[in-house]
Amino acid sequence: MFPYIENLVILGSIYSMLSVSLNLTMGYTGLFNLGHAAFFGIGAYVSALLALTFGVPFWVAILCAALFAAFFGFLLGFPTLRLRGDYLALGTLGFAFIVEAILKNWTEVTRGPLGIPGIPRPELLGFSFSSLDAYLVLSLAFLAVTIIVTHRIVNSPFGRVLKSIREDETAAQTLGKNTVRYKMIALTVSAFFAGMAGSLYAHYITFIDPTSFSFPVLILLLSAVIIGGMSSIKGSIVGGFLIILLPEPLRFIGLPSNLVGAGRQMIYAALILVILLKRPQGLFGEYVFRRKRK
Amino acid sequence: MVLEQLILNGIIAGGIYALIAIGFSMTYGLLRFLNLAHGSLYVVGAYLAYLFFSLGMPIVAAFILAVIGGAIVGVAMNYSVYKPLQRRKSNSLIMLLASLGIFIFVENLIIALFGAEVKTIRTGPIIQGMDFFGAIITQTQVIIILVAFVTLLIVEVFLQKTKAGKAMRATADNKSVAQVIGINVERITTYTFALASALAASAGVLIAIEQNLEPTMGLNVIIKGFTASVVGGLGNVRGAVAGAFLLGLVENIGIWFLPSGYKDAIAFVVLVAFLLFRSQGLFGRKE
Repeated sequence: MFPYIENLVILGSIYSMLSVSLNLTMGYTGLFNLGHAAFFGIGAYVSALLALTFGVPFWVAILCAALFAAFFGFLLGFPTLRLRGDYLALGTLGFAFIVEAILKNWTEVTRGPLGIPGIPRPELLGFSFSSLDAYLVLSLAFLAVTIIVTHRIVNSPFGRVLKSIREDETAAQTLGKNTVRYKMIALTVSAFFAGMAGSLYAHYITFIDPTSFSFPVLILLLSAVIIGGMSSIKGSIVGGFLIILLPEPLRFIGLPSNLVGAGRQMIYAALILVILLKRPQGLFGEYVFRRKRK
Repeated sequence: MVLEQLILNGIIAGGIYALIAIGFSMTYGLLRFLNLAHGSLYVVGAYLAYLFFSLGMPIVAAFILAVIGGAIVGVAMNYSVYKPLQRRKSNSLIMLLASLGIFIFVENLIIALFGAEVKTIRTGPIIQGMDFFGAIITQTQVIIILVAFVTLLIVEVFLQKTKAGKAMRATADNKSVAQVIGINVERITTYTFALASALAASAGVLIAIEQNLEPTMGLNVIIKGFTASVVGGLGNVRGAVAGAFLLGLVENIGIWFLPSGYKDAIAFVVLVAFLLFRSQGLFGRKE
């Protein structure tokens, strides 16, 4: 029983890293960012390939993964952040699908749908993180770093500018803020942590394939942020753990195995709808998105 | 020989995309958000047709019932989710997320009801295709092209000539002015959802007859639908049709140069290119 719970907590903290970092762009800055799952995937693949092909140690690989994802965030932001709301959503979603197509089809490097097995567990000075206990500590530590950095960002003057962009971008511009630059930094930082989470995921599960980072994962991340509440770090942490824990009871009520996946997705979808309709600020959110008055 | 075949395939794909893109563009014009759940109406249409057909109905009856069913589901979506959200003045991100929620819910409901495996509607024996300017076209494909073209024509006439169609265009153009001149915006919204959903459902049935049914088939088609609408200019119905055929052709001719696994990514490259360089679309006005 205990390893089972430990496993859930490890996955929960990885998803919390993702939802906290997604909230930085979606909740605090108000960007319609639908590309987060792609950064997660980029981080996982970069880290796995570095570790397996070049024997790079985990600590270097995770840093490279995060930097690489951040670089892609920067590249994506360069053209798309000039677009307004809806178009930004399409642009980032497009990016996510192009990344998925490349992971599936660039078989010489990614092995395509076969996936990459046998990714090593991390080691530090001869101590291996192959046990669940050790990995649990490791992932909680990374989650803590993500939370602290995000907390510092959103509560700084920089974070106030991000929120002002969400409220009224034109007003922020009038006050002399280069809003595109601010949005770019927010997206890059958010992608950095998604890449880090990807690496952590790859070295934990030890097997990755393109479906681990495809459309359903995006839904999972969006549900986590919405359930927890936009612009609430506490909410995103709870949301990240909740989306991992919620479908677990389904395991025990003895549904036919072909229905478990569908049932799980239906729970997320129904929850998104109920929260949006009945409690748009989520469990802990401070902010409700409203249409701007024309 | 190959090129002719690719062009023909592109036109067939374009016809299907056009049926999706029109509805997508119409609901965008009206409510100003990206209604991703539009793709689930396509799936609903296909599975309803499958259900009625396997109950022993003739395929034409199954088609009509599926289209009506799709329209009802679309209107129900608007009433149960979009309207309450609009009333609370939710912004378009919230609407988009809600439509994503509906999309995932419907997809998995269909997996739960019908199973995840591929289904087929067999209307008759498979006969060899005909030769058409050096390309092979099957009987089903002829029917698809005909139905798609006739439907597009009817929609065009409806939107341009009838009172309800004009009211729809007026409402999409400017809601408050439409309200001022006495158009019942509420009712027109319902009509628009019914029409858009019926079109998506009919595209679903057409694909179901020619190819296979899968619960996950909606995602791919909604990507094509919104790409086509962006190419034509979001909210512009004629533009959406042009964008759909253009996309169908680019995609099918593109796999001449690229591995076919990248076929679906081509749509996104087109989409991103348009978003960056001409976000108002081919025919749209600059905002």
